Amino acid sequence: MTLLLNLVLAVLMLLPQQQDQKARQGTYAITNARIETVANGTIENGTVVIEGDRIIAVGANVAIPAGAEVIDGTGLQLYPGMIDSGTNLGLNEVGSVDETNDTNEIGDITPHMSALTAVNPNSVAIPVTRVSGVTTVVSESAGGLLPGTAAVINLYGYTAEQMTAGSEMLILNFPQEPSGAAQGWGPQRSAQERKKGYEDAIAKLDEVFDRAELYDRIMTAYAASPAGKAEPVYAPEMDAIRPVLSGDRTLMLKVNAEGDILKAIDWVKERELPNVVFSGVSEGWRVADKLAEAGIACMVGPVLATPTRSSDRYDKAYANAGLLSQAGVKVAIRSGETENVRNLPFNAGFAAAYGMGQEEALKAVTLNAAEVLGISDDYGSIEVGKKANMFISTGDPFEPSTQILALFIDGFNVPMESRHIDLYREFLNRDEGRLQPMEVLPADN
Amino acid sequence: MKLVRLTGLLMALLLVNATSAIAQDVVIRNATVLTVTGGTLENTDVLITGGIISEIGKGLRTPRGTEEVDATGKFVMPGIIDAHSHIALSSVNEGSSPVTAEVSMEDVVNPYQIGIYRASAGGVTTSHLMHGSANVIGGQNETVKHRWGSSDPNDLRFEGAPRTIKFALGENPTRVHGRRGTGGTGAIVPATRMGVEQVLRNAFEHGKRYMEAWDAYDAELASNPRAVPPVWNERMEVMADIIRGEVLVHCHSYRADEIVMLTRVLKDYGVDKITFQHANEAFKVAPELAAYGAHASVFSDWWSYKFEVYYSTAYNAAILIRNGVITSINSDSGELNRHLYHEAAKTQRYGNLEDDEALATITINPAIQLGIQDRVGSIEIGKDGDIAIFEGHPLSVYAVPEMTFVDGVKVFDRAADPDDVRLEVDPEGAIGQYEGQITSRDHFHDQNEVIDFLEAFGDLEDVITETTHN
Repeated sequence: MTLLLNLVLAVLMLLPQQQDQKARQGTYAITNARIETVANGTIENGTVVIEGDRIIAVGANVAIPAGAEVIDGTGLQLYPGMIDSGTNLGLNEVGSVDETNDTNEIGDITPHMSALTAVNPNSVAIPVTRVSGVTTVVSESAGGLLPGTAAVINLYGYTAEQMTAGSEMLILNFPQEPSGAAQGWGPQRSAQERKKGYEDAIAKLDEVFDRAELYDRIMTAYAASPAGKAEPVYAPEMDAIRPVLSGDRTLMLKVNAEGDILKAIDWVKERELPNVVFSGVSEGWRVADKLAEAGIACMVGPVLATPTRSSDRYDKAYANAGLLSQAGVKVAIRSGETENVRNLPFNAGFAAAYGMGQEEALKAVTLNAAEVLGISDDYGSIEVGKKANMFISTGDPFEPSTQILALFIDGFNVPMESRHIDLYREFLNRDEGRLQPMEVLPADN
Repeated sequence: MKLVRLTGLLMALLLVNATSAIAQDVVIRNATVLTVTGGTLENTDVLITGGIISEIGKGLRTPRGTEEVDATGKFVMPGIIDAHSHIALSSVNEGSSPVTAEVSMEDVVNPYQIGIYRASAGGVTTSHLMHGSANVIGGQNETVKHRWGSSDPNDLRFEGAPRTIKFALGENPTRVHGRRGTGGTGAIVPATRMGVEQVLRNAFEHGKRYMEAWDAYDAELASNPRAVPPVWNERMEVMADIIRGEVLVHCHSYRADEIVMLTRVLKDYGVDKITFQHANEAFKVAPELAAYGAHASVFSDWWSYKFEVYYSTAYNAAILIRNGVITSINSDSGELNRHLYHEAAKTQRYGNLEDDEALATITINPAIQLGIQDRVGSIEIGKDGDIAIFEGHPLSVYAVPEMTFVDGVKVFDRAADPDDVRLEVDPEGAIGQYEGQITSRDHFHDQNEVIDFLEAFGDLEDVITETTHN
């Protein structure tokens, strides 16, 4: 243990951020590290060279460019930044304080709302998250049938332009068929009323997409030959659905219950929607073969959840991602968290322990996630030409005892700073001279 | 369906038989034993006879009929103790008055709740079932063992455990009472942290005078058989018992200032046993807590779900422990309580605690806080046979709980888990249908958890609205 701590301290002394508390791009060479490329296996004692925002070299025998800042990774591990495919990070600062909550716009059909607009780049939760090695998240708006577009953001930057990872997805909260049991709190609706409510919601969903298709045809026809025609009325809701019809934008269909999943598979097929992923999928294990057959990728989670039915085996939520993966479904893992997205690696760890295995679980929070989100040209693995999103750790990032020591996002060497770490520094030894010196501090002390 | 019912019934019969008396003898062989208080013992056997740990050692000889469990390559730790839980309760908050010391959770224990089994499947053997946090002085709590299978709530009681009571400071009591009614039309004190202090002082002073009046009556009775007794008041009886030190205080609290305030009030009434629950800002006054001898029972990493936890740090437990405060990690959740071993492990990510220090936060430390440390919380001869067996070290994310014993009775066995373990199948219930609804807000993972949270944290209409959006 002491050896490890000394090692950590020795490495920390070498990190460039020691001299400069601001995130900086530059030319960095991380040497002698165990590199988990995810795309091309593990490289022992390898080197990664970063120039600007990109990875320019990866391998066991890599020349270090003159002038590069060298970070000695001996005894340490290098991983691609983890990607959480479902959060509310940046949209919601303090849970119970409405004024700090930008997830839910008024209305049931608001697909034109953009989460990227409302993500607060200065949310205190963003640094708290990234120091865990999570560099990229999907941040979702919520509420209603079509709450808007989810943003894929990197967790460093001062503006939406700097943070976007170049992908957005349209969210659809697929209607939930009511169960026989009374649900929730407050005045209960009768079973008939709940059934009617569900049928209305399905009808509304179809109506919205029928209208969107009609709108798309009108707009396409008008664009082809506008001469002599009146410009069609602008409908922002319909406009926002068009790219999903063409497949230019992914539809993120949120669905959990077995019956709803089956219905959603059919609905997607009937609508001939070319680019759809499912999100949540907590009962996916019940219909894993059907999901595999339909070829629909799933963003599964939270893994750290209770089973959906009291009759289910206690560990079904832990096992779900692995069961889907083994059935042949492409799986990414989502935490579903806001301020505790830092628990993504632990969600992945539990999935690994309950049948998914470490390798698949790592993919589910890196390369698979990047592929599902449509950002795998730039993110998800340590490969030449990709953006430099990665972190240096003392070991397996899914293990709670592992320390994350350094972090790169888009090539920026981001300081390991967060409010949680700041408060630790200030209060561990509050009364000077009163207590023993601290043994070790995280990150750059 | 029939099969489901039959299985449930069978399980019930088997387990009721097991729990309702027959102390079982079991030896766990050749394990890595994490005693917590006495270091780690390799290749060691643990013998439980009559429900009590009777021997710890290598190659133990056992009485005829002792059940053998081969734990070669596995880890054995003391049954986990959750110092803050709301499972197995049919109601949680008597939110009708800022002081409700007279009510008790012992009256609302529901032995059928599936959450008991699910917690056991995470190695948890004892839970502190707490009243909610609506009131400054809430109801009395109940410490239970996870004797899954009994239909009698009394079978779950941790016999001999000290009485405890829930207090609550800050946003919850000031919202529930001080902002009651539309536009605050039904509001009563407290609406501020100042009011919270005065509600406490008022209750303690009345309790003290009540206690003195009865003491005077008892003294007078010796010489005057016609002495007139004071008017009986159950609420004041409990307040007097708190002052006498017979009821341990467990106080829902977040901010550093309110934590210190309560220690001042308690000091004035000579109450020295106090555990601050949640206590997200306890780290800011760790030296003060250590000096008072106060304990803390905290979340591993929850923060930011309300304003009074915005200035939190996941390093809270580590800072408290390094400053000499006895600290436990609790769940307050029917989801988290299934992996408290993992929550304890986070003290290594956030503060580099040693293995035994991390394990103590879910074993001996909560035992001390509940006053049951002579019975549970470590693997020692003479303690109760409450044991959890893990594949993999329990502080590893890859750890899988395999068996759990309460009083030497196996209440969970992963290899023989029958999937549907319900003891009571409700014909009106959602059999075979989707019961949960995933919400993406906060730490809520299903509706039950939202309900647990709401009940625990008072009548949070705002949160209801927000969570149901999803």
